[in-house]
Amino acid sequence: MTSSALTLPISRSLRQHPLLARAAPVVTVVLALIAIWYVAAVLMNLALVRDGFEREETPYTVSDLIAGTMSAERPLLPAPHQVISAFADSVFGYAPNAPRSLVYHSGVTLSATLLGFLLGAMFGVALALMIVHSRVLEKSLLPWIICSQMVPILALAPIFIVVLGAIGLQGLLPKSIISAYLCFFPITIGMVKGFTAPDPMQLDLMRTWSATPRQVLSKLRWPSAVPYLFAGLKVAVTISLIGAIVAELPTGAEAGLGARLLAGSYYGQTIQIWSALLASAILASGLIGLVGLAERGIARQMGTRS
Amino acid sequence: MNPARLRLGFILSGAFMLLALVLPLSAPAAASLAARPILFALTLAAAVLFAAAAWTGGSQAIAPGFAGVLAGAATTLALLRDPAIAGSAAAGFWIMMLAVWLGAALCVIELASMRPRHAPARRTLNLAIPLLFGAAVFYLWEVLVRGFGVSPVIMPPPSAAAARFFASLPVLGQDFVQTFVRGVLIGYVIGCGAGLLVAIVAQRFSFLGRGLLPLGNFFSALPLVGVAPIMVMWFGFDWPSKAAVVALVTFFPMLVNALAGLSASGHIERDLMRSYGADHRQTLTKLYLPAALPFIFNALKINATLALIGAIVAEFFGTPTQGIGFRISTEAGRMAIDMVWAEIALAAIAGMAFYGLVALAERATTFWHPSYRT
Repeated sequence: MTSSALTLPISRSLRQHPLLARAAPVVTVVLALIAIWYVAAVLMNLALVRDGFEREETPYTVSDLIAGTMSAERPLLPAPHQVISAFADSVFGYAPNAPRSLVYHSGVTLSATLLGFLLGAMFGVALALMIVHSRVLEKSLLPWIICSQMVPILALAPIFIVVLGAIGLQGLLPKSIISAYLCFFPITIGMVKGFTAPDPMQLDLMRTWSATPRQVLSKLRWPSAVPYLFAGLKVAVTISLIGAIVAELPTGAEAGLGARLLAGSYYGQTIQIWSALLASAILASGLIGLVGLAERGIARQMGTRS
Repeated sequence: MNPARLRLGFILSGAFMLLALVLPLSAPAAASLAARPILFALTLAAAVLFAAAAWTGGSQAIAPGFAGVLAGAATTLALLRDPAIAGSAAAGFWIMMLAVWLGAALCVIELASMRPRHAPARRTLNLAIPLLFGAAVFYLWEVLVRGFGVSPVIMPPPSAAAARFFASLPVLGQDFVQTFVRGVLIGYVIGCGAGLLVAIVAQRFSFLGRGLLPLGNFFSALPLVGVAPIMVMWFGFDWPSKAAVVALVTFFPMLVNALAGLSASGHIERDLMRSYGADHRQTLTKLYLPAALPFIFNALKINATLALIGAIVAEFFGTPTQGIGFRISTEAGRMAIDMVWAEIALAAIAGMAFYGLVALAERATTFWHPSYRT
């Protein structure tokens, strides 16, 4: 309070601009994080670089050391600009279907993610429909679905791959099944909540119109479940990406972001790991953004006031 | 459920039981049920019990129906011990399994339609139905896998996994200590504690809070388990790298939830604290933190599952020769799938117990919250 009273009146109108008021703290924190990253990069790579200089018995100064930490070949912690240039290089530097291109690996993971997301969403909605319409299933199945989430399901990934491989399924589908298995849960729980969201008055109204269960579903339950559906989809799409990445680890897959992470960790290619991480972060935020866009479009079509 | 249909269902399962006496039990010649006096009596008893259930009908049918299911299930499991039947079971066996399944389904359906008036009875019922359902699923899994003779490499029967579980308790105990006690618990405490501390600081300085909240939301949506290889590189193969992954994975959900919780207290309460002349520390401990507890517990529950996943995934990138994730990937590679299932059962039990403990702590500390004040 005191600090704002002391500032000059000219800057006040600028300070209260809503965009700036929202962006300024975020930008500050991001800049602080990047600064911390640079400092950490210098500190963590220092010993490595010094050893390098001493092994070659070349004289070095402090500025040489710091420059060395910024451009080490296999740093413990690569500096941000190294990650970004490596990322840009592997995205734009190769043809999109070359095995060294991140676009190619992202595409492999993305296709598994999307297929798994689709399967999981359909399965989740179908399960929610069954649970809402059957008291037996609600009582007997729902507790198990909830329990299944306390189980680290990712631990199942390797067996899934082995079992499905023994049946003869390989490639895209096993990974998608794992991501579907991971991501159906938030959708099911959200949709059960959404389908039961209409209050008794509205259900009674449908009864007075002698609506069939199917009509109740399409005219009342579906529309009221749409916000819950998108809330679930947003969570599910990130989980589905995690599932696809993790499913690539135990299979020894040659392609995909998970395979990139694994190869990077085998050969100590830290910069490769970080750029794969950056790619997965971009994928995740892109997918969430797409779901958000779809949500807004459908909300507008349904005439919801935002 | 329609009472007529319920009766018809029980009559059908009784008839199936009787049919099993006539039809061949397995493809190669195996002694029929008539040659096994005890199983013959059990089968007949099951058929009689199903008939009794059909005769009484309604909710009274549950007791005889359930007894019939038990008798039938015992018979099928005993029959599977005969090597002439396991792996090459035929119509007589399958029709008996069908009868058991139908009877069990009818019992569960009838149980689910009961609406007891007293709260304890309702609670037992709500526990009994999913347990029965689960038991039926495990029974079907066991009988189908053994009856069809599915290779244990693809899908072991649950009894084999359970036997392996109890036979290798020392190994499982080691893995539990390595993954859960060292990796998960330490990382969980560090991650959740750091998230809470940062949230408290960010709530004190609102500029920081407004900067951290969108970033926290962004980071908690990222596939953070991907940092596992980096952590293994930094902290080595042993548990510190797993704890670091767990700490990182649990940090952001806690930060976001705690920040939301710390601003959950109302203006009136804050004004009250001001009028008492409370300083920041007092307001924090008496108002902000208690009001944030439901949110904090929400994060603790989310993190309980995330932590276990994080630790297991981190073990795929390198471990000393123990740990749940390590054992799962090596045993899967050696095609010892029953051991994999035993490890998964261990992880499931640990995960559920962990979650249950957090939920119990929540009940004990946030008893005042509207969601518990029924």
